[in-house]
Amino acid sequence: MKLHEIAKILDAEILTCSDSDIEIMSACGSDLMSDVMAFVKENVLLLTGLVSPQVIRTAEMMDIRAVVFVRGKVPGNDIVRMAEEKGIAVLTTCEPMFIACGKLYSAGLTGKGV
Amino acid sequence: MAKSRMDLHYEIPADDFARAGEASSSVKKILVQLGIDPVRIKKAAISMYEAEINAVIHGGGGNAEVTIDADKIVIRIIDSGPGIEDLELAMQEGYTTATDEIREMGFGAGMGLPNMKRYADELDIQTEKGKGTVVTIVVYFHQQG
Repeated sequence: MKLHEIAKILDAEILTCSDSDIEIMSACGSDLMSDVMAFVKENVLLLTGLVSPQVIRTAEMMDIRAVVFVRGKVPGNDIVRMAEEKGIAVLTTCEPMFIACGKLYSAGLTGKGV
Repeated sequence: MAKSRMDLHYEIPADDFARAGEASSSVKKILVQLGIDPVRIKKAAISMYEAEINAVIHGGGGNAEVTIDADKIVIRIIDSGPGIEDLELAMQEGYTTATDEIREMGFGAGMGLPNMKRYADELDIQTEKGKGTVVTIVVYFHQQG
């Protein structure tokens, strides 16, 4: 699923993004960064309600190219800038975590297959 | 026989969550520049990052000493913190001594050491109560055996 499709499904605002055509194969929804790091998949989208520079660091270490902040959380400029420098797209949606994950899953982002 | 060898030193500041991870980020960039296999880079980056976060959270800051040669990266994270009381327990997924404040930062889920074990090719932890902890992580750049 393309990132711009994800943005549309979640009615999300894109705060920074260098390429909305990137292909996302699976998603991980968590507020605990160590749990995210236990999750090894490629082309992952991270959904989180945690607003911290460590979200972007975790994405960087994991080669995660897009992060969606849920529950209407808007990260500060420092976080957005940090993501921009690292080429990580940042989106924000008003949907809560469960609904956001459910919508993406229903739309076909099930993480199965390639 | 030994090609180029790179020695890197970083200071890990205590209780500075905004800067936590800078050393790992820098090492990751160097590995990318060296053209190392991305799968191997991810293994090194995640395990170093977890160790760095631990040094910030539990160890009162410390140092990272990193050596990169042609076939591996050796990462040593050294702190002078309180040490790990029960290492066997700390290696179990979900076991944590972290405070609520740390959990609010998205860490302290009891996955740090298990994640290091999962991603490092070799992991050695020397810890002494009241003296500190030295975590040594080795990741090989090519499949071993």
